[in-house]
Amino acid sequence: MDNQKVIVVDELTKRFEDFIAVDRISFEVSKGEIFGFLGANGAGKTTAMRMLCGLSIPSSGKASVAGFDVFHQTEAIKKSIGYMSQKFSLYEDLTIKENIRFYGGIYGLSKTQIIDKTKYLVEHLHLQKHENSLVKSIPLGWKQKLAFSVAIVHDPAIVFLDEPTGGVDPIARREFWELIYDASERGITVFVTTHYMDEAEYCNRVSIMVDGKIEALDTPKQLKHRFESGSMDEVFLKLARKAVRGE
Amino acid sequence: MKQFIAFIKKEFFHIWRDKRTLFILLGMPITQIIIFGFALSNEVKNSKLAILDFSKDVASQQLIQKLSASKYFDATAQLKSFKDVEPVFRQGKVKIVVVIPQQFANDLQHTNQAQIQLICDGSDPNVASTLKNYATAVIMDFQKALGNQQKLPYRIEPEIRMMYNPELKGAYSFVPGVMALILMLTCAMMTSIAIVKEKEMGTMEIILVSPLKPFGVVVAKAVPYMLLSMVNVASILLLSVFVLDVPIRGSLLLLISEGLLFTITSLALGLLISSITDSQQVAMLVSLMGLFLPTTVFSGYMFPIENMPLPLQIISNIVPAKWFYFIVKTIMIKGLGFSYVWKETLILFGMTIVLFGISIKNFKTRLA
Amino acid sequence: MAKFNLNKMSGVVVENIGKKYLVGKSELVALKGISFEVTKGELFGIVGPDGAGKTSLFRVLTTLLLAETGRAWVDGLDTVKDYKEIRKRVGYMPGKFSLYQDLTVEENLDFFATIFNTSIEENYDLIKDIYQQIEPFKKRRAGKLSGGMKQKLALCCALIHKPTVLFLDEPTTGVDAVSRKEFWDMLQRLKQQGITILVSTPYMDEAALCDRVALMQNGRILAIDRPENINKSFAHPLWAVQSENMLGLHKTLKQWDAVASCYSFGEYYHIVMKNDDSSMDSIQNYLHDKEYQQILVKKIDANIEDCFMDLMNNANG
Repeated sequence: MDNQKVIVVDELTKRFEDFIAVDRISFEVSKGEIFGFLGANGAGKTTAMRMLCGLSIPSSGKASVAGFDVFHQTEAIKKSIGYMSQKFSLYEDLTIKENIRFYGGIYGLSKTQIIDKTKYLVEHLHLQKHENSLVKSIPLGWKQKLAFSVAIVHDPAIVFLDEPTGGVDPIARREFWELIYDASERGITVFVTTHYMDEAEYCNRVSIMVDGKIEALDTPKQLKHRFESGSMDEVFLKLARKAVRGE
Repeated sequence: MKQFIAFIKKEFFHIWRDKRTLFILLGMPITQIIIFGFALSNEVKNSKLAILDFSKDVASQQLIQKLSASKYFDATAQLKSFKDVEPVFRQGKVKIVVVIPQQFANDLQHTNQAQIQLICDGSDPNVASTLKNYATAVIMDFQKALGNQQKLPYRIEPEIRMMYNPELKGAYSFVPGVMALILMLTCAMMTSIAIVKEKEMGTMEIILVSPLKPFGVVVAKAVPYMLLSMVNVASILLLSVFVLDVPIRGSLLLLISEGLLFTITSLALGLLISSITDSQQVAMLVSLMGLFLPTTVFSGYMFPIENMPLPLQIISNIVPAKWFYFIVKTIMIKGLGFSYVWKETLILFGMTIVLFGISIKNFKTRLA
Repeated sequence: MAKFNLNKMSGVVVENIGKKYLVGKSELVALKGISFEVTKGELFGIVGPDGAGKTSLFRVLTTLLLAETGRAWVDGLDTVKDYKEIRKRVGYMPGKFSLYQDLTVEENLDFFATIFNTSIEENYDLIKDIYQQIEPFKKRRAGKLSGGMKQKLALCCALIHKPTVLFLDEPTTGVDAVSRKEFWDMLQRLKQQGITILVSTPYMDEAALCDRVALMQNGRILAIDRPENINKSFAHPLWAVQSENMLGLHKTLKQWDAVASCYSFGEYYHIVMKNDDSSMDSIQNYLHDKEYQQILVKKIDANIEDCFMDLMNNANG
């Protein structure tokens, strides 16, 4: 991992009228890092992530994503990131192949690139037999792996994953994380939220948000050491229990 | 009963809290009536009329006077020859030209037959045909005034496109039409959307797993929209009487009862739609295509059913709005009593029973 | 007749239930003839990933769906014949938040109390614990509540008529670890009231909180027992392995032909050796030779997730 910073966040804040959703958060993420972004429901994770994806303009503070400013260069940001969430990922009524082609198309890949990518992804994910099946007919584990592959089809600098493994079976969940490691090795920065605390252990560094602030940020090992806990689950519970705001 | 009332109360909360929809529901009849009312009367009031009088006799003068005296026409130009006709149309000022041939008075007196030619600007066919109709009516009136009992065959056929009242008020025909349309929309569309919404939101799942009877659920959903529709009927009638000067000639009670019957017919249709659709979007599309369109096309207030090809005339019979339109017209405009509409009422009643039967039978007590 | 007597003691009996759906042109078998029994007053968990058939099973039991094969009884009542009676007795919390978003907390609760022919006051003691947590927001519309509070309100609504059997379909999905823990504490307290509770979850760790669990995948039950018994049934010695370089270690273990399976578990890899007699030293030595630092190998007891994956592999392979 080199030390190039692809996400730099400084005192970033988002206010909704009298409610401070994200309260002066600061952190940096390096190229190729797997960065776990944890927090209880309502801690401000989604709002923070939206700002970093260029979907929401911050109230104050500074942040740059892939070298672009989140206030003024949101279009440039959108071109250099990939995004995938548990809720929205693929078009259910299109086939696997059609989904790959569609996303390749909207990310501006050339025709030959799309053909190559489609072939590569279908083989890589062992979907040869199902490439013409509608997405809604395949198991969730496959869908999520495919959705992730599609989200990085244009080799973005960063990929944002919002609870990508919710409801996925334990084996597929681990296979999913292998894809994350592959992407990270290729230099793609992975910014991921999850409710599975064992997955927090797989991240290079983890931040835990409580009431709009980042309460802790370190490697899983250091966090466990600092909070004298045996697992990330305990660390999380210790921190999140401090939350006062009613989500 | 307590459950039933709780359900209706909840339904009112939904409607009341969705202010935008409520506003549209209550505002729609008002705007419709006003737009239709004024657009229609402005269109025909003071239309520019040109005259090409080759006869220049007493009779022709009288006819011209009669035409310009009517509030629908403004005789602005006297043309000299047929060559002038096109230029005035091109300028767009004149919409209709009345051509009176030579020997008009003479023909009228001696042969009892005279011809008049009406040339209309056909670029806007609706306006043209309205004007044509008005002019025809004025000419007929003139003919009557002459005391001539015999028919005057005109080259222009006095084809009556809408049911005309002596004062030639367009409002007379569309008030019943708008009423049919609004009731159809508020009752059928809104009820179907409200029920399908419960399916979509997943609340139907909990409702089904409760001791509530399906029939109760359906009726409870319909009641608020029924009341809303009656409010709409009232506002349409009030606007008609006080703003558009369309009197209610027949029995108000009968009119309202028929309105209630049609409301229930529409509700039954709405229920039927909700039982075959699973999303609000589909329910809305089905309502628009399956109700709105036939109501406008086949009720007879926009397009005359008599002019349609026979198959379409037959189809028009299954559109409830057609019958309701006839009933309202008969009671409200013609001022006739129940004895003149009992057949139509019975047809509507029968339709309601059948529709209700199908939708209750179709109502699923389970999810799939 | 013996079966019938059994029903009287059972909260739920499921016998060879099968259910198919049509997805496009292909047929999706949601339930492949499953059978189990839940004793009255039991907290029974159905653990499995999305698509395992949990929701279909719950819908069959709450009389919302008709199964193609088999029969099922809830509280001694047939789910097909006596569906009306069942609907009076059970509480159901669907997977999707299914309350009226435009009604307030209080109005929702009041509405559900009324349609079940009861009132908030009548069964207040049952929901008191939970309701007190959301009471400060009772004038707020349900749609404006946070995930955790919505879930509490939905539970209150499902409990308001004092059901004998409570069906909770994935109540903790998408909920953070703290709220999940609180929710399970609530369930333990409800259990004290004698309510039979069936709860489904995709989170394997929650299995340990149930009296008994059924592990489900692809419309089948892989195992059904007390969680500790399931853990004990794991057939092979299980090792937890750790080193300084975890990423490299993963590849090494996967390529090592003596390893039968290797899965990451938080900061460790859980591995099963092909030879059950392999010793700790043999693993340590192998990794030493591969020049790993700070090697840690320890023998551990399997947890539900280990068992689930093992059962999945057996079922699929």
